[in-house]
Amino acid sequence: METSPASDATAAQFQTGTLAVKRGLAEMLRGGVIMDVVTSEQAKIAEDAGAVAVMALERVPSDIRAQGGVARMTDPQLIEEIKAAVTVPVMAKARIGHFAEAQVLEALGVDYIDESEVLTPADTQNHIDKWSFTVPFVCGATNLGEALRRIAEGAAMIRSKGEAGTGDVAVAVTHLRTVLGHMRRLTTMDRSELYAEAKLLGAPVSLVQEVASEGRLPVPLFCAGGLATPADAALVMQLGAESVFVGSGIFKSSDPARRARAIVEATTHFGDPAVVAKVSTGLGEAMSGQSAGEVGEHLAERGW
Amino acid sequence: MRVGVLALQGNVERHRTVLSSLGAEPVEVRTPRDLEAVEALVLPGGESTTMSMLLESSGLWPSLRTAVKDGMPMLGTCAGMILLADRISDGRPDQQSLGALDIAVKRNGFGRQAQSFECDLTLDVASSVSGERWDAAGSNAVSEAGSGTGPDRSPGSATTVRAVFIRAPLVEEVGPAVEVLARLPEGYGPNAGSPVLCRQGAVLVSSFHPELSGETAVHRLLVGSADVGRR
Repeated sequence: METSPASDATAAQFQTGTLAVKRGLAEMLRGGVIMDVVTSEQAKIAEDAGAVAVMALERVPSDIRAQGGVARMTDPQLIEEIKAAVTVPVMAKARIGHFAEAQVLEALGVDYIDESEVLTPADTQNHIDKWSFTVPFVCGATNLGEALRRIAEGAAMIRSKGEAGTGDVAVAVTHLRTVLGHMRRLTTMDRSELYAEAKLLGAPVSLVQEVASEGRLPVPLFCAGGLATPADAALVMQLGAESVFVGSGIFKSSDPARRARAIVEATTHFGDPAVVAKVSTGLGEAMSGQSAGEVGEHLAERGW
Repeated sequence: MRVGVLALQGNVERHRTVLSSLGAEPVEVRTPRDLEAVEALVLPGGESTTMSMLLESSGLWPSLRTAVKDGMPMLGTCAGMILLADRISDGRPDQQSLGALDIAVKRNGFGRQAQSFECDLTLDVASSVSGERWDAAGSNAVSEAGSGTGPDRSPGSATTVRAVFIRAPLVEEVGPAVEVLARLPEGYGPNAGSPVLCRQGAVLVSSFHPELSGETAVHRLLVGSADVGRR
C-alpha cells in the first residue's frame, strides 16, 4: 500500500448497508434455524443447539395470542442481555410501520430487524421505508405480491408468515406454496403479459420481470409461522424454503434443547428421511398448539 | 471436475453458481460418502458454530482431516476460513477447526452486521508474502511482497475485485508458510493491512465473500490448483 491513506479510502470505496451487504447476511443464514428466545438463558440454549441466529422477544407468539393486548418492540435491556449472551446474529422485531422502533433497534446494534405482523401494527397503510436503514430487514409475506412489495420497500429477506403461535404448519405451507407456485407461473408467461401481471400483483414491473427471468426472489425466502417438529422443518425445506424460523415451537415444548437440536439436524438433512426419523425419536411433547382454523385473530392478515 | 460444496448450513447456492460458470460440476457434501466423490471442496460462509456441530453429528470431521492431509484443494470463505484455521478466538469453547493452515482468526473480528461492508480489493496473485507475522494489535504490517517463488507467478497479474465482508473473521496472525494474497486497504476502521486472502499449499481462505459479488478470480485459483493436482 504505497499510496496515502486518503487516496486509498477513495480508491477502495468502502460502503456499509448496501444491498449486497444486507442480502449477504440473509444468504449466510440459509439452511439454518432462527429461534425465538425471551431470555439470555434461552438464547444460550438456542446457540448451543446450533441456531444460526436468535430472535429476541419479550413473549413468544403463543403467549402474545393467549395474553392479548398491544404487542410492542422488546425492552432494550433484554436485547442487550441477549446480545451479550451469544455470538450468533441477534434479530429483533419492530411493529409494522413503526420506523422509530426500528431506529431504536438499529441504534442498539441488532443484526436484523423483523418488521413483524406478530406485533401490533403501528401503521395501517404503510410499512417502514427500509432503504433508509443500514441494518437489514426481514418481512413476512402470504403471497408473491406482498413479498415483492416488501422487497420494493427494501426488505433483504422474506419469510412466509404462516400463523405464528399456533404450532399448526398448514398456513406456512399455504403461503410458501402460494409464493413459489406463482413464481413458477411467471417463468412460463410471455414477456408482454408481465405488465398486467404486475398490476394484478400490486408489485413493481421490474421486480416481476426479474422473478420471471430468474425463477426466484431476488432475496432469500425463509419459512416461519407454526413450525413445531423436525418433520415440519423437513417439509418446508423440501417445498423450497431456504431456512426456517421456529418461534413458540421450541420453548413451549417439553425438552427445548433436544427439540432445537433435532430441528437443526432436520433442516440440514431435510432430504434424508432416515436422519429426520432418528432425530424425531423420543423428543417428548411438542407444543400443544391449536389449529389455525380455531384461532380468534389471524396475525397473517396484518400487513398490506 | 467435481467440486464439493460443504452443504451443512450457509451460502451454498452462490458458490454452486460461480463453480458452474467456471465449468466445474458442483456437488453438495453432507456426509463422508459425499466427500469421497469430489476432487476439491468449498467451505462456504454461514455460522461456524452451527457448522462445527453439524460436522460432528454428520461424522465429517475425520474425513475432512484426512482430505486436508491428502492435499485436497480447498477454499474456505468467512465461516469456512474459521473452520480451516489453526487457532480461533472468540469462538465457542467446544468449537473445533481443521488446522489446515497456520493462521489465527478472530470470529466477527470486524464487528456486527452494522459494521459489515464492501470495498475494492487488490488480489496479489502475482507475488507471495512469506516469513512475516501479522500483528493485529500493531499498526499496518509492511508487506514484504514480491518474492515470486511459484512457477506460475509473473509480476503484474494483480486483479481488483469487489469484496463483501459480512460479520467477517479477522486474521490476527499468519505463520511463515502462509502466503498473503490480499490485504484490507486503508480507509475503514482499525484493521487496514490485515490479511483477507491467504493460501498455504492447496488451501485457500478468504474473510470476504467472493461468491456474493459475481467475481470468479478466487474460485479460479481453487479450480486451477485442483487442475494442477490432477496432472
